[in-house]
Amino acid sequence: METIYLDHMSTNPLNLEVLSAMMPYFKEDFGNPLSTHPIGAKAKEAVENARADVASLIGAKPNEIIFTSSGAEANNLALRGIALARQNQGRHIIVSKIEHHSVLNSARFLEKSGFAVTYLPTDKYGIVDPKTLQKAITKETILISIIHASPEVGTIEPIAELAKIARQNNIIFHTDAVASAGNIPVDVQEFGVDLLSLSAHQFYGPKGAGALYLREGIRIVPLIYGGIQEGGRRAGTENVPAIVGMGKAAELTKKYMDKRIDHIKPLRDKLIAHISKIDNVYLTGHPTERLPGHTSFVVEYIEGESVLLLLASRGIYAASGSACTSKALRASPVLLSLGIPANLAQGSVIFTLGEGTTEQAIDYLIDIFPQIVARLREISPYREGWGEKEVKHV
Amino acid sequence: MYSEKVMEHFMNPRNVGEIPDADGIGMEGNPLCGDVMKIYIKVKDGRITDAKFRTFGCGAAIAVSSMVTEMVKGKTIDEALELSKETVASALDGLPAQKMHCSNLGADALRKAIEDYRQKQEES
Repeated sequence: METIYLDHMSTNPLNLEVLSAMMPYFKEDFGNPLSTHPIGAKAKEAVENARADVASLIGAKPNEIIFTSSGAEANNLALRGIALARQNQGRHIIVSKIEHHSVLNSARFLEKSGFAVTYLPTDKYGIVDPKTLQKAITKETILISIIHASPEVGTIEPIAELAKIARQNNIIFHTDAVASAGNIPVDVQEFGVDLLSLSAHQFYGPKGAGALYLREGIRIVPLIYGGIQEGGRRAGTENVPAIVGMGKAAELTKKYMDKRIDHIKPLRDKLIAHISKIDNVYLTGHPTERLPGHTSFVVEYIEGESVLLLLASRGIYAASGSACTSKALRASPVLLSLGIPANLAQGSVIFTLGEGTTEQAIDYLIDIFPQIVARLREISPYREGWGEKEVKHV
Repeated sequence: MYSEKVMEHFMNPRNVGEIPDADGIGMEGNPLCGDVMKIYIKVKDGRITDAKFRTFGCGAAIAVSSMVTEMVKGKTIDEALELSKETVASALDGLPAQKMHCSNLGADALRKAIEDYRQKQEES
């Protein structure tokens, strides 16, 4: 059976050109960038070239890039590092309710440490209204962090507008661009953001490689103390092969992004058009302001994990935000914060497309998905509608 | 993550449906947090002669429902009441730890169906 991978938001396969670029740094060019001999110098040069490539992907200067182990680390560094660096100016932070766990849990940690945190609601599509942000700002606000694009519902936020409000109020603005950087154009100057997180495996680079853009001149408190790597902002001997891989992936992405978007966007739209036609199946997130390869739905009267199992039995691998799929056994807080009732959120299914996704694969999914839905609804006690206790509408 | 037996029952669930003239009906669970199982039983001379189910939930919940309805057929009411979460899970060659409580509703739904049956007996 052919395998059809439609979970590109979770991770991507490593580009083979990226792998080739990384290989020498595991073996012959194994040096420590801090060493002064030629082997160290070679590693140092590779790291700095990668830094320039990553900076170039997002319109930054090389010295504004801090390499991290992941997007999650970049988000932690942004929130905790800025909060600690600026706590004398105020102790209020604003984030949205649809942030990634690495932002939300960092915010909760700061809340426990004595900071006040406002969690901004969104509209039903997941968009943060700039007016809502403006109203949430107090004299104490030192940091605003709003996700650029949601990996769960695909919605892209009006990040330049939101960042502008922060700038007008002299507040630091961070955006988690892990789901967007490499998938759509991201430019820190155009957005007017002070910090931005990204992750290599979202654009066919290796896992274990992330970066935080930090605008020149802004002070941050490190999460990891030690040597002077990354300008003293992130200690630890650099993961040179991973960093090289991230650089190469950034370089290739800059070249091929438009082509990738042109390939997957029509497939996304075709999938959305067909899946939305099934009775009581609804698109989640914004219909147009969404990532080019992202589709997400809730299917009424059935549960997401059983949908994933039946899809997998036909060779299709997808994701879900249902309670039963999550390790925490709770429905996705993002879906709930969009106002989707918990019983409906249980029917969450997420298909995310990548550069290798073919039209045949999408046609096959369009063909079999209604059968899978019908089969599970036949088993469901709610196949003729929710009971009186359950909320019925999106 | 699931045993072969769980997958087999999930892919080919036994006894899906309703019994229109059921002697007892039991429902357990809540769709807001996870799984819901509805079980129908037919009882003759103190023995369960037929059982059917409908379930909203994950793979484990559907497999458990299928297994419980299979296990209970032919049992006396007293024997059926001895079925526990543990016996159902082990008949399925085990369930993942986090599924043990929220998805393993079969024995509880069955108990409610038996209660319903007994109540109807008393009323008639």
